[in-house]
Amino acid sequence: MSEHKELRQPQLPWGKAIEFAWKSVRIRLGRSIVTAGGVFLGIAFLASVLITKSIAGADITAEESARNNWLVALSLLVCTVGITNSMLMSVTERYREIGTMKCLGAMESFVVRIFMIEAAAMGLLASSLGALVGMGLMVLVKLMIGVPKEALEAGKTWHGSLHVMDSVLIFLGCLGIGTFLTMLAAYFPSRYAAKIPPAGALRMDV
Amino acid sequence: MSTETTRSAKGKTEYVVRAKDLTKEFVMGTEVTRALKGISLDIKRGEYVSIIGPSGSGKSTFFNMIGGLDKPNGGTVFINDVDMAQLDAQELAFLRCHTIGYIFQTFNLIPVMTALENVTLPTIFAGVPSDEGVARAVELCEIVGLGHRLHHKPGQLSGGQQQRVAIARALANNPSIVLADEPTGNLDQRTGMEIIQLLRQLNLEQGVTVITATHDDKMVRVSDRAVIIRDGMIDKIEERAEIEGRLGTEDAPTGGH
Repeated sequence: MSEHKELRQPQLPWGKAIEFAWKSVRIRLGRSIVTAGGVFLGIAFLASVLITKSIAGADITAEESARNNWLVALSLLVCTVGITNSMLMSVTERYREIGTMKCLGAMESFVVRIFMIEAAAMGLLASSLGALVGMGLMVLVKLMIGVPKEALEAGKTWHGSLHVMDSVLIFLGCLGIGTFLTMLAAYFPSRYAAKIPPAGALRMDV
Repeated sequence: MSTETTRSAKGKTEYVVRAKDLTKEFVMGTEVTRALKGISLDIKRGEYVSIIGPSGSGKSTFFNMIGGLDKPNGGTVFINDVDMAQLDAQELAFLRCHTIGYIFQTFNLIPVMTALENVTLPTIFAGVPSDEGVARAVELCEIVGLGHRLHHKPGQLSGGQQQRVAIARALANNPSIVLADEPTGNLDQRTGMEIIQLLRQLNLEQGVTVITATHDDKMVRVSDRAVIIRDGMIDKIEERAEIEGRLGTEDAPTGGH
């Protein structure tokens, strides 16, 4: 089998995969927004809890601090479940499409790559929006509640304070977690779907 | 036909497909269904073969094996003298891309792409330069009579038109085999007949080997051979004369021009 090497599918350039992913997100815009919505909400929740904790700073009791930590853990969990669920849906509803592409000669790696690019784009966009909105809302709430009398008398304009460095870290952290989770949640189902023989993928109606 | 893309995988052998002692089992819980119980069949280059049989006969399973869409539990399939079991994922992708064109009962077009984009898709996977691929796709769309619907999405096309897109797509990389699984199953009588004639015409004019799974008598009538599968085994193989004897020829296209 000397000519075997020639009988291999070419690796398609990243540009093609990006083009595919972009097209598929754009055309399914409504669906994509719903999927990204899941990521957005999860990250917004996480960001709001983190920023509240940061603003409160040292001005809280041990009991409040423990409750805040608990909230952070809980929000991470909610965020993970939300993201996994929406990405799982968005991959499984496209099993047929994956089967068809494989019939036409798409390689497994190409299929997975399309989904990874889609997930990365959606994850980045939704997480950054989610983090901004979550943090913004909490700061707004803090401003509206106003400052307690004792704090004012002590010469503070804030009950607690907004640390710029903290906020940046929280934003980046949320962005990282959101994007990572989104890609992870898309990776496993898309790899699974890409690996099954096309006959199976085409038969599956999810 | 463009000479660039025909170079690949088209050997000189008389038989395009050789299936030997194929078996396939499906396990569902504790129950084992033996879908194929040892099927052997050789298909000649340029032949038009119909595989018929009631649902549950193993017809579709056999079909998927020949097309490299599923793996048999036992036996071998040779496509152009290449043993499919020996191919890795990348080589299998190459085979699906260049050697076999698939047509499905449910069309299976990519819903988010236009007719032209759907037909261009296999050329992209084959690594054909974009301009060349699009030109080829336009040409094919015209051959199947959809030159005026290039930029419509599948949802904006009728069933017959969607199947035409699927046929054009199947031919995009000049395959030596076209596999059509119940291609008329979701179409009305008249549209179905048009699709059958289109397939037969492509078979006669371009020398493409056409293998269809069907229980549509109209499709069987135009075939060179009909393979009747029952209960996971080949029940009978009818040659042209026998088919004509059983079903008559009135609807068969005269072909050739």
